[in-house]
Amino acid sequence: MAKVSRRGFLITGGLVGGGLVLGYAVTPLRLGMTPDADAAGGDLWLTTWIRISPDNWVTVLVPHAEMGQGVHTALPMMAAEEMEADWSRVRMEQAPAEDLYLNEYLVRGFGKLDQRLPGFLKRQVDYAALKVADVLNVQTTGGSSSVRFTGHMGMRTSGAAAKHMLVRAAADRWGVPAAECLARLSQVRHDASGRSASFGELASEASLYDPPSSPVLKSKSDYSICGLPIPRIDIPSKVDGRAEYGIDVRLPEMRYAAIRHSPVFGAHVLAADDSTLAGSRGIESVVRIPGAVAVVADNFWRARKAADELPVEWTDSPHKAFSSERLSAEFEEMLDDGRVRTDQRRGNPDLPGGTESFLVEAEYDVPFLAHATMEPMSCTAWLRDGKLDVWTGTQDPVAARATAAKAAGIRELHVTVHPVQLGGGFGRRLPANLNYVTEAVQLAAQVPYPVKVIWTREEDMRHGYYRPAVRSRHVALLGMAGSPDTWRHTYTDIGLNELVETTFLSYSIPYSIPNQRIGHIKYPRDMPVPASPWRSVEHSYHGFFIESFIDELAHETGQDPLAYRLQLLREAPRFAAALEKAAEMIDWHGSRPHGHGHGIAVKESFGSIVAEAAEVSVGSGGDLRVHRVCAAVDCGEVINPDIARAQIEGGINFALSAVLYGEITIEAGRVVQGNFPDYRMVTLRDAPDIQVEFLESRASIGGIGEVGVPPLAPAVTNAIFVATGQRIRSLPIGGQTLKPAPRA
Amino acid sequence: MPIQMVVNGEPVEVDVEPEMPLLWVLRNELGLTGTKFACGIAACGACTMHVDGVAIRTCVLPVSAAAGKTITTIEGLAGTNELHPVQQAWIDHQVPQCGYCQSGMIMAVAAFLGTNPDPNDEELEAAVSNICRCGTYQRVRAAIRSVASAAHEDDG
Repeated sequence: MAKVSRRGFLITGGLVGGGLVLGYAVTPLRLGMTPDADAAGGDLWLTTWIRISPDNWVTVLVPHAEMGQGVHTALPMMAAEEMEADWSRVRMEQAPAEDLYLNEYLVRGFGKLDQRLPGFLKRQVDYAALKVADVLNVQTTGGSSSVRFTGHMGMRTSGAAAKHMLVRAAADRWGVPAAECLARLSQVRHDASGRSASFGELASEASLYDPPSSPVLKSKSDYSICGLPIPRIDIPSKVDGRAEYGIDVRLPEMRYAAIRHSPVFGAHVLAADDSTLAGSRGIESVVRIPGAVAVVADNFWRARKAADELPVEWTDSPHKAFSSERLSAEFEEMLDDGRVRTDQRRGNPDLPGGTESFLVEAEYDVPFLAHATMEPMSCTAWLRDGKLDVWTGTQDPVAARATAAKAAGIRELHVTVHPVQLGGGFGRRLPANLNYVTEAVQLAAQVPYPVKVIWTREEDMRHGYYRPAVRSRHVALLGMAGSPDTWRHTYTDIGLNELVETTFLSYSIPYSIPNQRIGHIKYPRDMPVPASPWRSVEHSYHGFFIESFIDELAHETGQDPLAYRLQLLREAPRFAAALEKAAEMIDWHGSRPHGHGHGIAVKESFGSIVAEAAEVSVGSGGDLRVHRVCAAVDCGEVINPDIARAQIEGGINFALSAVLYGEITIEAGRVVQGNFPDYRMVTLRDAPDIQVEFLESRASIGGIGEVGVPPLAPAVTNAIFVATGQRIRSLPIGGQTLKPAPRA
Repeated sequence: MPIQMVVNGEPVEVDVEPEMPLLWVLRNELGLTGTKFACGIAACGACTMHVDGVAIRTCVLPVSAAAGKTITTIEGLAGTNELHPVQQAWIDHQVPQCGYCQSGMIMAVAAFLGTNPDPNDEELEAAVSNICRCGTYQRVRAAIRSVASAAHEDDG
């Protein structure tokens, strides 16, 4: 059994009416977070709550949003495992975005946590919101972090502490040594005397004990819940229409609003002629908010129709000449003349004169991408008597609360954010991206009833936050036997260049190449297109760049792309193992029909290493089909293999939409695409057959929600090269004509 | 003029503009929010209901076209005591992720298997063109196959 090396606070107390409640808290300072953070020393950040009620139900409060990633099942599994709860007596509740019943609880603290948060979380944490008295948690669901951080640090520790206290309570009740008592299936037993008591019966007594300072965690070989494909608890409500998403919220007297934003980035409403709406059925009012106008009605369709027909004049915008075409030219200038800021340097990466014939160069391009969650942005807000209630799907209810309070000009204390399911997140509903919350609150401030704002698909696609467009230039100097001696990677950066990982940076390579220079060039002007994390963030494009270029080097030197990678991964055995597994799954060395090709790629992201191998075919008309994708995943430990598999499958299809079709283009300062016909998605017809295998690894637990995305693009484009000899350096493939394979 | 329909077995009467899409009549006027709005132009299938047993994308279907017809939504698909086989297969195969598109996906599949209980891949891919942004297609396919083969065995 392992002792807990990560330390924090355990907080416990009794429940009104009997029972035990137990939480796990950490402080930002103890997390080793940035010194510039203005957190007061006593601020607490609670990651977990477990309640045990006298009727022997264990309730696990999960502070993360469910957006399909299974976190409402996986996190309770981790707590239940450690506390030896009977899974059939475990319930999940999503924690509210505030918690007022904390003050009465005992706080015990010790030690310094040895695990750092990803930088991605740091920049979004509002330290002022971390007061014990009014906040339960930092609730960001992103960075594939829920299981890794909340689960590993909070759920397990709290569960183990709860078990310890229950066992002690039983032992003292029976006057026997605690070591003779055994917790199993929500009961504590003393076999020698034949006595037993349920967790519920023991809960009140257990609440009188101090939580242990170092609860002992189970070893993996003793697991009876984790590692099993336990069905997701949210699924039954998602097959019969019961699941409630933000867009489904209904309140008495609620009105609906349709919003129209300025089509050009940076413009505002100059005039809106609402006289045309006079007498229209159900129309209540036309409301102006910064950058948009909204029509409020008793029915969304009426509101939308009126908003569409409303004559609106927009102000001029400094961004009206901005376009993807112009950006492309600017990227070229940046790469030619811009100042490179070094991200990473190793050895001597300068290119000596006279080596030109040993250089390989390539340039890659990826476009802006929208998240296009199936549920368009929606937020219901009700402001009355200085109190604000907000119902919305968000990846961070606490940040939503801060955003809403700011928009309303009231204190957070007076704002309640009601958690609901998300119809997709993918980064769109992260703390920095909550324009839909701000706007709903601004609107609610102007009407006397609750108002639900629903964005149309077109508004959603044109007024979101976008995965940045990036161009990347690569140079390799090949040495003996074709292995690269020098690797140079320079990419454009329009603004989103935060560290997303502390352990492994998105642009880093696992390959043993002695001389490396990786750097970026900042976009030198004001960027009108707001940038955002998008499922797997920078890994989504660095994976494509790195794994395309290494593949090019292999082919350039006439070597098998798998063997070429493997010989550069002798010092990175986890990467090699993942590649070998994916290759085996797709029968790498097997023969294939004419026009077929197979490709492979590997990428570490969020602490997990994923290799994917793809088989494609290009028909005589140039038509591409991705037949099969095999993924080998090393995420250290798998909590729920079926959920993990589903996340990889989903990540592959999500990435495939981007590879085949995904592109947001800007013309005259506005987004061109508006709906699924021009921002196309993979459907059943083009979804490949997907196989997923997990590698046994002793590595610490890695993320799963995003990690299937990064290797997919290069696996597919590398396969196209094998099938046709055509190298895809620009995504999406969509607009490019594929040449059929030459007849042998 | 009031429009009458039967929704999930209940007769209903609504007094709305005849061009209001059926989706918004059900979501806003009748409070049936299980059917989802996602694209508004019948491109994604999230709003699929059964109108006289036929799968229809209702975000563009004027309610007047549903007058006098029988509407089934995801809330009314199950029998009194058991789920529709497609719903059950969706649970057995753990299909939904965020779940937002799945009401429409399930309705589309249920109607399709009603007319073609044992489809081949091409028929399936042509008939079920709903968009799932979470990318659950691998399981959608597996779940449909399991329902289709069960029907096949029943026949045999």
